[in-house]
Amino acid sequence: MSTLHAHTRQFDARALREEFPILQRLVRGGKPLIYLDSAATSQKPAAVIQALEDFYRTTNANIHRGVYELSEAATLAYDQARAKVARLINAPDPRECIFVRNTTEAINLVAQSWGRANLGPGDIVVLSLLEHHSNIVPWQLIARERGAELRYIDIDESGRLLLEQLDEYLASGRVKLVSVTHVSNALGTITPVAEIVERAHAAGAVVLVDGAQSVPHLPVDVQALGVDFYAFSGHKMLGPMGIGVLYGRRELLEAMPPFLGGGDMIRTVTLEESTWADLPAKFEAGTPSVADAVALGVAVDYLQRLSMPAIRQHEMELVRYALARLDEIPGVTLYGPVGEDRSGVVSFTLGDVHPHDIAGILDSEGIAIRAGHHCAQPLMRRLGVVATARASVYLYNTEEDIDRLVDALLIVRQLFNIED
Amino acid sequence: MSDLYREHILDHYRNPRNYGTLEPHDRSFEDSNPLCGDRVRIDLRLDNGTIADIAFSGRGCAISQASASILTEMVKGQSLDFVKALTADDLLDELGIPISPARRKCALLSLKVLKAAAYGLNEWPE
Repeated sequence: MSTLHAHTRQFDARALREEFPILQRLVRGGKPLIYLDSAATSQKPAAVIQALEDFYRTTNANIHRGVYELSEAATLAYDQARAKVARLINAPDPRECIFVRNTTEAINLVAQSWGRANLGPGDIVVLSLLEHHSNIVPWQLIARERGAELRYIDIDESGRLLLEQLDEYLASGRVKLVSVTHVSNALGTITPVAEIVERAHAAGAVVLVDGAQSVPHLPVDVQALGVDFYAFSGHKMLGPMGIGVLYGRRELLEAMPPFLGGGDMIRTVTLEESTWADLPAKFEAGTPSVADAVALGVAVDYLQRLSMPAIRQHEMELVRYALARLDEIPGVTLYGPVGEDRSGVVSFTLGDVHPHDIAGILDSEGIAIRAGHHCAQPLMRRLGVVATARASVYLYNTEEDIDRLVDALLIVRQLFNIED
Repeated sequence: MSDLYREHILDHYRNPRNYGTLEPHDRSFEDSNPLCGDRVRIDLRLDNGTIADIAFSGRGCAISQASASILTEMVKGQSLDFVKALTADDLLDELGIPISPARRKCALLSLKVLKAAAYGLNEWPE
């Protein structure tokens, strides 16, 4: 199928739903499941579930060691999955894509390996107030150990980054690393990564981007963005839990010490010392999640068949619809930017109803949303709220899902006597 | 419509019983659920080992606040030994709603706070 064909084909989310077995099930005593929590984890198409089973039924063997047919087939499938992931994000070389468990592990890998080797007393790591805890805590740990300091780029009222502040930090000449999210998991803000990279590089700083909420939803090109490291999770992009990717520029990865030690990551081992394998094996100690990687490759095929621009377009239309419908409900407060720099995340509150109560009542209607601080407590404090309710959409969501959400929110208003 | 948000729960949430603080008080304890931000404080006035007066204050989800309100009604006029013997199931039975594992901490925060007050704690031991 030509790319042109894929682009011009009508995006039919209702037909796609049929390919997701879990979306056919009923919840809470017979209600159809309305799944609006894909920012937490995506559901899986039958093809991905089948790929896991197929691997264990037909191809299962450990990789990189056996000379027998099964091991060769497993190794080939694993390497092909890596090549698919590399193509998806336009990495120059698949060896620059390290398989890890998830985004959190990818960021910890950089913090523990690159951070320990490159950060010293007085050095600065710049983060932002939009960060998930997984892009805060690893830096707190290594900064404390190395005597480095953390700075945070603040946001404006709509949840956009104040880049002037980045410039101020960079002007100190002490910034070694800028680590920011591409898409805020709590507000949906899409950050200007290319611009951040340009400014950071001009000041001699390395840039890591948390891509957990971007790779599943937007076209991402790591070369066009110019990033040094890019981290993302398989389970948020139709793949299995337990597999994720760290992209890193080759010269950086080659200069970094290993993260975990063990089998597969060595060249030679003596009683006293060892030498390291080439990329990517140097950072993949121990038996990896081969079946999960292979299934992630199938998820990437699925996404590319639909095309990332088409998925992005579908989600933009859905979020525009959701923001308009939610805005009609008296008492609803919406968070996050309105515009092109907004992903498929809709954070909101309703009067003084605690978000857990909103989510609880929605749950009794069969609607799954997230309520809480979204692992972004500094951001919640900045917004002046304890928590928000968050609905997040993906390629299988439709306007009917949003209508059901709105109907259920009207029930919440009624139960809690929210004034008009 | 919703098994969890029955009318009596919403009534206790909208019109909490024994709401406020007691000054002076003999016992007071406050705690929160860090994950959801629910917060409950309970003050006690004692008379010979009996709860002569009780007040709670706080904020959070309807389950946590209604549970605190219901709990104050359960123990007002009762002895501290009665409070010490109270179980989680006693309170959950009184709430009368199906509490899922995810909401158990909301429902039981008030009991945790009351127990701490009954045992005379000022803060959790290290």
